[in-house]
Amino acid sequence: MGEVVDYLSDAGTRAALLDMLLEHVYLSLLPLVVSVVLAVLLGLLAHRLPWAKAALAGTANVLYTIPSLALFAIIPAVIGTQVLDSANVVIALTLYTTALLVRPVADALDAVPAHVTAAATAMGFRPVRRFLAVELPLAVPVLAAGVRVGSVSNISLVSVGALIGTGGLGVLFTDGFRQRYLAPIVIGIVLTLLLALVVDLLLVWLRDRLAPWTLVGKP
Amino acid sequence: MIFADAFAWLVDPVNWSGGRSIPVRVGVHLLYCLGAVLGAAAIAVPLGLFIGHTGRGGVLLVGGSNALRALPTLGLVTFLYLLMGGGPAGVLIALVVLAVPPILAGAYAGVQGVDRGVVDAARGMGMTGAQRLWQVEVPNALPLLVGGLRNATLQVVATASVAAYVGVETLGRPLLDGLRVLDYGQFVGGAVLIALLAVLLDALLAGVGRLVVPRGLRLSAGSRRRGVELAAAAAQPDAGGSTA
Repeated sequence: MGEVVDYLSDAGTRAALLDMLLEHVYLSLLPLVVSVVLAVLLGLLAHRLPWAKAALAGTANVLYTIPSLALFAIIPAVIGTQVLDSANVVIALTLYTTALLVRPVADALDAVPAHVTAAATAMGFRPVRRFLAVELPLAVPVLAAGVRVGSVSNISLVSVGALIGTGGLGVLFTDGFRQRYLAPIVIGIVLTLLLALVVDLLLVWLRDRLAPWTLVGKP
Repeated sequence: MIFADAFAWLVDPVNWSGGRSIPVRVGVHLLYCLGAVLGAAAIAVPLGLFIGHTGRGGVLLVGGSNALRALPTLGLVTFLYLLMGGGPAGVLIALVVLAVPPILAGAYAGVQGVDRGVVDAARGMGMTGAQRLWQVEVPNALPLLVGGLRNATLQVVATASVAAYVGVETLGRPLLDGLRVLDYGQFVGGAVLIALLAVLLDALLAGVGRLVVPRGLRLSAGSRRRGVELAAAAAQPDAGGSTA
């Protein structure tokens, strides 16, 4: 405990911590945003085309099985980015989160009752607007559950990127290990947990704004 | 072409014999994983079954195990390694800690999700608590329980690779060494090996799962993994509930 206080007493260290935290937020949440868009588009595809659904589910399952460190290393070999580029981490986490979200989104779209879409059509909604105004909002609770799982997993996985030269809070772990110094490691773990907690609370808040009907009947 | 270099590294006979060869590292990797999953199962399966059966402490469990889910693997490994003064014990404990939440979630969600009508029917037939647990709830919970074990295995295989950073001779070693000496063939070759190991182990466990899960209870392949995670997420109270 005393070690941690000593470590934090230096203003330069605190500034560096803030930089790492911000980079961590960027590296973990950018993939989340991108993959929500991708998952909605791919989920729509899977909803319309049964063979695409099977192919996407198979690909997603295999992708999800590949350990993060291995995926971080394979991506530059496949797409030709620099080995130490943080884009590798962003792309890998985007793939994981999209793999996590596609199927629930497709299932949620499948579950929209036919009479609801028929009513929307009868009211004059064209397909694009009907999708954006009726079908997609009904999928929000499912999407939100997946995004919450994805955000926790991304926030935890970004640190592994420190092994291949990416910034973020993971640098605290490699630095702490090299100097045989527990304080930065403890701070890194605590900040990661706090970040995951704060982001999760924000996601719950956002879900309740986007799908207020799910609150009906709750105290 | 990096993949050609990776292939050359993978088939180089030098890498297939001696104390630092690929087979030895695969063996070390598997030993760590096996030890960690067995250790975690010994803790998490009884606990998950108990909480699912009695319904006591479910909220606490789901909240707590989701908090563990947010733990950064590299942070936990370096922390426990230094705390235990080096050696394999710290790494093994870290792996066990990371394998507990998915198994616990699977066991709990499995038992808790059994149709209440089925459990009530068993009670109405005069079955005791223990009979209900072993003859009704556990068989019904097997698909999610096996799903939890699979998730735990994936987590442990991934983290054992990361743990090569603190010096254990797992399959992460060639990857990290390759990066250090800028041998990208070895770097990517090591990554391919880790990915292959994970995919093969998962397929193996999927096969085992098909053997032990009673017919009629089989979930479709895709609903398994998400079933566990989303069940855990959904079982959470929203007021103040959070995955961290």
